[in-house]
Amino acid sequence: MIPDELNEMAEEHSQKQNSFAHRIHVCAAAGCRSSGGEKVASAFEDEIKERGQTEKIAVKRTGCMGLCAEGPMVIVYPDETIYGKVSPADVAEIIDSLDGSPVERLSLDSEMPFFSEQTQVVLENAGRTEPESLEDYIVAEGYSGLITAITEMTPDEVVNEMTKSGLRGRGGGGFPTGLKWSTVAKADGDKKYVVCNADEGDPGAFMDRSVLESDPHRIIEGMAIAAYAVGADHGYVYLRAEYPLAIERLKKAIRQAKRAGFLGTEICDTQFDFSIEIRLGAGAFVCGEETALMASIEGRRGQPRPRPPYPANYGLWGFPTLINNVETLGNVPTILRKGGEWFASIGTDDSKGTKVFALAGRIVNTGLVEVPMGITLREIIFDIGGGIPGGGNFKALQTGGPSGGCIPAQYLDMPVDYGSLAKVGSIMGSGGMIVMDDSSCMVDVAKYFMDFCRTESCGKCIPCRAGTPQMHKILTKITNGEATHRDLDILKDLCDLVENTSLCGLGQTSANPVKSTLKYFEEEYIAHIEQGECPAGVCKFKRTGEVINGCSS
Amino acid sequence: MVAHLNRKRRDPVRTRRKVKTLKINGLDVSGTDEQTILEVARENDISIPTLCTLEGLSNIGACRICLVEVEGARRLLPACATLIDEGMVVKTKTPRVVEYRRKLVELLFAEKNHYCAVCVSNGHCELQQLAEDLGVDHIRYPYVYPELNVDATHAELGVDHNRCVLCQRCVRVCDELEGAHTWDMMDRGENTRVVTDMHQNWGESKTCTECGKCVQVCPTGALFKKGSAVGELEKETEFLPYLKVMREEQ
Repeated sequence: MIPDELNEMAEEHSQKQNSFAHRIHVCAAAGCRSSGGEKVASAFEDEIKERGQTEKIAVKRTGCMGLCAEGPMVIVYPDETIYGKVSPADVAEIIDSLDGSPVERLSLDSEMPFFSEQTQVVLENAGRTEPESLEDYIVAEGYSGLITAITEMTPDEVVNEMTKSGLRGRGGGGFPTGLKWSTVAKADGDKKYVVCNADEGDPGAFMDRSVLESDPHRIIEGMAIAAYAVGADHGYVYLRAEYPLAIERLKKAIRQAKRAGFLGTEICDTQFDFSIEIRLGAGAFVCGEETALMASIEGRRGQPRPRPPYPANYGLWGFPTLINNVETLGNVPTILRKGGEWFASIGTDDSKGTKVFALAGRIVNTGLVEVPMGITLREIIFDIGGGIPGGGNFKALQTGGPSGGCIPAQYLDMPVDYGSLAKVGSIMGSGGMIVMDDSSCMVDVAKYFMDFCRTESCGKCIPCRAGTPQMHKILTKITNGEATHRDLDILKDLCDLVENTSLCGLGQTSANPVKSTLKYFEEEYIAHIEQGECPAGVCKFKRTGEVINGCSS
Repeated sequence: MVAHLNRKRRDPVRTRRKVKTLKINGLDVSGTDEQTILEVARENDISIPTLCTLEGLSNIGACRICLVEVEGARRLLPACATLIDEGMVVKTKTPRVVEYRRKLVELLFAEKNHYCAVCVSNGHCELQQLAEDLGVDHIRYPYVYPELNVDATHAELGVDHNRCVLCQRCVRVCDELEGAHTWDMMDRGENTRVVTDMHQNWGESKTCTECGKCVQVCPTGALFKKGSAVGELEKETEFLPYLKVMREEQ
């Protein structure tokens, strides 16, 4: 496809869209689907057909609208009326109201901070376009970044644009993306690969899933631009099998992109060839680690190997390989379209752009938000997130999943960027945020994450395989009221050992939840040990010191 | 297994190896750019304790016993899987790494049943020797001792999972030198085990050539020859480097 054809297609499609007086967008991402979104969408279609208004009203199944707590969500365009918790029974009423005033009891305030305080880059199309429609993506200026890159820029210029943008890896590590691209671009190899890491596994995190479900073409475009920049002609998306909807939509999008000539040979009449294959992960958390991921793509057991050599020099089958996370690649098309400088103008000095967070736990507005870097935790939790339900007190925020830590209330006014989060003992991670109030026992939380690491350890290196079960055992002892101060000393000692001797990131960071809860909530550990009681009332002890019904997790 | 350290992607014009100089424990030493810290240290009689590595097999850096301090490196590095570099300053015996090694060995002893007194490898066991060298005289962690199976279905050889330290030597020797790939790993975390074929009994394996190399490379009494009594099983691994060279020449 050449630019003129693209414009023509966009023009035609948007005219068709605008011919409808009303467009009803129903969220068809996994969150709203699970609360009955598909039934709502079909009910709308049936009702409109029955009323013979198919020429006037269109129903679109779009990507994630963000506010999962209010699912299934519906947004009616062009008025942008937002409805939450819509059931098939409400459908007739909403259609009746289309030319009048909105249905009060279902409508949400579009000015509420959840919607108004977000800055959307990666999620710019989520909830607005139909993920299964290539035309929709093109109307939203999709693939124009790729066309600009391959027809007007040299690969070096594309890399420079990324460097200028200051984008850092969104998968957790925060490595500068431009630097990574230039390393792979300079590496010498007869063949090069681009890999999209979509093996999102942190408990409570669903950013990557949502991006893939809402806007799969964005990832394809991001990968193609990356491939052009580094000189690769083949890419893999390593996607976990637990995301069936994302797989289905990405597969469909790849087929559409191939047919339209955005994938394949001589893309847009240039010399650039690129193809994408999907590889399904079989549910191992460790396969999100890049060397384990590559082993899994190659068809071997997913276990990490020592680095160096890094994938940039020695990746898939020994060839230089660029591995980027879904969200990182999701930023790429927009950066190419609007320029690196535009991107760098958002955020802080050390962290540019926006970040998608998945809000979960004790928070009113659970869901997906995209905010500029540098925003404070308080703004995210209390303004956008709507605070703690039931008037509970904020106790801690867990970021970064099993590799992250718990941030106490005293840091609520801290800006969210890579440096600040690391300073307080947590990490940005892939973007999971779990809010906890007084009803959470911090020892129990640490135990939960340690149990996760223990079962997800690949078993290759001793400290992670044999150390995490020992730590879990001590934490269980503490929550059972059977531990002594010596156990606590051994626990601290094991944290240091596992962190410093483990082979890969999983082991090296597995102690973080324990370390950060010990740092800020040591008195809770002590209360369990000395008084035999759980301040949060989660762990229940008998008088004899035995547990009645275990911890609530 | 990709033997990434054994790769050959050399510019055909400049086939000469580059020599690098470095300091190990204050001693000036040199090696080629294809050598690891461990190889150079051993050439210079500097001993670094190891467990999973074995000359003739690829290096996987799994056991973490050979971790050393390298100046300027963010983390401790496995000597077996780190290539030397010009001007590197390596310390192999700092109190920190020695303490870590001891704790790692203690974790191994706590993880599974390693009662030496009733083991075929008693007196010839690399794990036992390692513990002795590191001065492990007690275990600070509680013993886990899961009850694991012994696969005695093979006519002459057997595997006792209770003694296995998961060094993957058997997996590597079977894949890289014998070319059979009968052994592999299954499951995760503390449930990780070595398995024959697709977790079939060893005696029913269709791929095993019965060469017995896996038994010879096993550092403990996990893989054994049937009929050995306590302390009777001595293993020989000297043949490996020769076999490797012969394989490469083929």
